[in-house]
Amino acid sequence: MKRQLDLFLTLLVLILIWQLSAWLVNRPILPAPLTVWIAFLREARDDLPAHFAASLWRVLASTALAIATAAPAGLILGQSKRLNSLFSPLIYLLYPIPKVVFVPLVLLFLGLGDAPKILIIYLILFFQILVLVRDQAAALRPELLLSVRSLGAGRRALFRFVYLPASLPAILTALRQSVGTAVAVLYVAELYATQRGLGYYIYINGSTFFDYPAMYVGILAMSLLGVGLYSGVDYLEKRLCKWK
Amino acid sequence: MIEVESITFAYPSAKPIFMDFSWRIERGETWAVLGPSGCGKSTLLYLLAGLQFPQSGEIRIDGNPLTRPRPQTGLILQDYGLLPWATVRQNAELGLKIRGFYGPDGTHAPSQIDWDNNVTPWLERLGIEAVADQYPSQISGGQRQRTAIARTLVLHPDLLLMDEPFSSLDAPTREGLQALILQLQVENHLTLVIVTHSIEEAAFMGKKILLLTQPPIQQATLIENPEAGSEPYRRSEAYLILCESLRAALERG
Repeated sequence: MKRQLDLFLTLLVLILIWQLSAWLVNRPILPAPLTVWIAFLREARDDLPAHFAASLWRVLASTALAIATAAPAGLILGQSKRLNSLFSPLIYLLYPIPKVVFVPLVLLFLGLGDAPKILIIYLILFFQILVLVRDQAAALRPELLLSVRSLGAGRRALFRFVYLPASLPAILTALRQSVGTAVAVLYVAELYATQRGLGYYIYINGSTFFDYPAMYVGILAMSLLGVGLYSGVDYLEKRLCKWK
Repeated sequence: MIEVESITFAYPSAKPIFMDFSWRIERGETWAVLGPSGCGKSTLLYLLAGLQFPQSGEIRIDGNPLTRPRPQTGLILQDYGLLPWATVRQNAELGLKIRGFYGPDGTHAPSQIDWDNNVTPWLERLGIEAVADQYPSQISGGQRQRTAIARTLVLHPDLLLMDEPFSSLDAPTREGLQALILQLQVENHLTLVIVTHSIEEAAFMGKKILLLTQPPIQQATLIENPEAGSEPYRRSEAYLILCESLRAALERG
């Protein structure tokens, strides 16, 4: 309750700063919060929801895909020293590459549609989840594994009762760390070769229609998307990792 | 019951810990394995548990060569080996869940299905029922070790192996658990092997004491200690004398 109140008060302060800045700047490129809010209500009955849904779908699809592939791969690498030493140089080289630079490339190869956007976010999330799950699985104490094995667990039961539950917090931590980057890269990806999504919406309203309140509505919607995803991960972590 | 027959064991690219080493444990005996750090006493326990295997020689339990962990062997380690994300009750149920996962296949679980599925009596017996819904990080070290003991005993083992089980606990908790384990050993007709570096623990718990020195170990000293296990013994003259002679033996190396 205290935390919600703190968040609410902080939000109020941010809106207040925005309002003051709007007064000071006094130009159309920085409309006041109320103007944007009115535009938001107007756009919300128009095509904003469709753009929001397009962006949300791209993030969720790539997240699901990343978890479904990176978590098992991370678990396997974390369990097998040999495989890990085989792949770790590759991961070491690929992990730090800013995936956003591949946006033009992926667009060239995959063309229009959702696939290139989903792929690029997928790449970001994939490496983050892979590395964290791998390290989590590798960090499981040998004593824990020995005593679970002594209870009769073979490879399959170890996977089911130890590795799988151990990877859950790593997946959530990875998502928490990368959800912001994912939304940022989504914006960049949606600038190209699409007419759907919040990135496109922000760009087209700002630089083609010069409808600044609508551009701010897009920014607001994208922020809501980011905050929503982040607090979703937060919620899951509290629900699923009570022991932490 | 347990026959260790001229085993040789070394970790990869290290010199052997055991060389042509033999040992025999009868059903229902209480053994303490005492030795300095690094002497291979934990390794010996892992060998008995079927988690490590000798390069030559053989370990047989009830006449059967040991090729993997036996469902009837319980293992308890110093750091408890509890799942941090599971409550005390869920941890105590882990072995049962693993058995349910495989079914009565004879390798991961005993082939007959007569094991009971209720951990509550064990939580009560070990005095941890009140913390059953808490996580390992929320309870004391003694309670964690009690959880590990409950988890093992609910599977009705006939052999209980313990590796320094009480060495990270404070003295009163440690002594309480030592006495509890000896009671449980009698109640459940267990064969008990406890590995320790504590002279006092070996002298109090082991009716037979196996004294290991520096590897490679070919022969170990065997000490009979039939009075072990009763509380009065802990304050007796004989106990103090035994501790003294064990200390001298360890120092001689």
